[in-house]
Amino acid sequence: MIKINGKIVDATGMILSDYLSRENYINTRIAIEYNGEILPKSRYSDTIINDGDIIEIVCFVGGG
Amino acid sequence: MRVLVNLKEQFVDDNSRICDICSADDVVVVDGYNVMHDTTISESMDIIIVSKGQMPTEEMLYRMMTSRNGDVVNKAVSSASVAVCGLGGLGSNIACMLARLGIGQLILIDYDVVEPTNLNRQAYYISDIGKSKTRAMSDRILMINPYIKISVVDKKLNADNIMDSIKCADIVVEAFDDADSKAMLVETVLENSKKIVVASSGMAGYGSSNDIVTKRVFNRLYVVGDGTSEAKCGSGLMSPRVNINAGHQANMVLRILLGNMEE
Repeated sequence: MIKINGKIVDATGMILSDYLSRENYINTRIAIEYNGEILPKSRYSDTIINDGDIIEIVCFVGGG
Repeated sequence: MRVLVNLKEQFVDDNSRICDICSADDVVVVDGYNVMHDTTISESMDIIIVSKGQMPTEEMLYRMMTSRNGDVVNKAVSSASVAVCGLGGLGSNIACMLARLGIGQLILIDYDVVEPTNLNRQAYYISDIGKSKTRAMSDRILMINPYIKISVVDKKLNADNIMDSIKCADIVVEAFDDADSKAMLVETVLENSKKIVVASSGMAGYGSSNDIVTKRVFNRLYVVGDGTSEAKCGSGLMSPRVNINAGHQANMVLRILLGNMEE
């Protein structure tokens, strides 16, 4: 079971960067906490989503 | 009985009232609260009497400003250091609120100057146009609370210089305009330190005030906003929602300093 932003998602075995592009995330505008630790963008393409992973993706919009 | 009047020990008769020791027009603050002149004085009250419109002494002003917080809050805020990254609509208003709270040290970061288009939502005045935002905001804060330690960083922050700029801060407030910069700050600070970040996303336009919320999204990251209202043509940044968002961020900083981590 994989949880992304609190929802159970079927993404076992996917490379994280593939999941992000499938879901139309813009990499420069997001930050990811992966199993409780911040995950730098340089790791998106070598991170494989495993069963039990808990992922939080925060997406920013402009304005301030 | 013994009381403190304007920080000096004084003895007054039992059953004395405030009006016995002040003039009719004076403002009287007792133990942090404005009181009526017919209030009966009791033992060891801390009474501050200020003539309306007159500047109190430095020590009295400090005492009056901080006495409003109460001791617990005052101790927590006066020893805290907070970095405000970006002094636009969010950051300029957040910095003013943190100054009014009496945060001990503020690190003010921006590379830009005040422009006329900023005045619809940012805490500057016509007379600030052309000044660096760090300078204009330092001047403003000193007018609110001259006891705050201010340091300024006149730089555009990036992944290479941000950690050095915020190294003294306990809490980092993200108040940038640009989405990529927001994400850069969050990722860099959380990866390279144990600091807490209070960030923002989505406060443009005039949607419901009640859509702006504070969420703890990561262990050390809070994000304030409605999450979707991007600044763009047809949905500009305006004072009310920007200030609501700024208030959320400043209050989250206060809550964190007081140990209220959940949202």
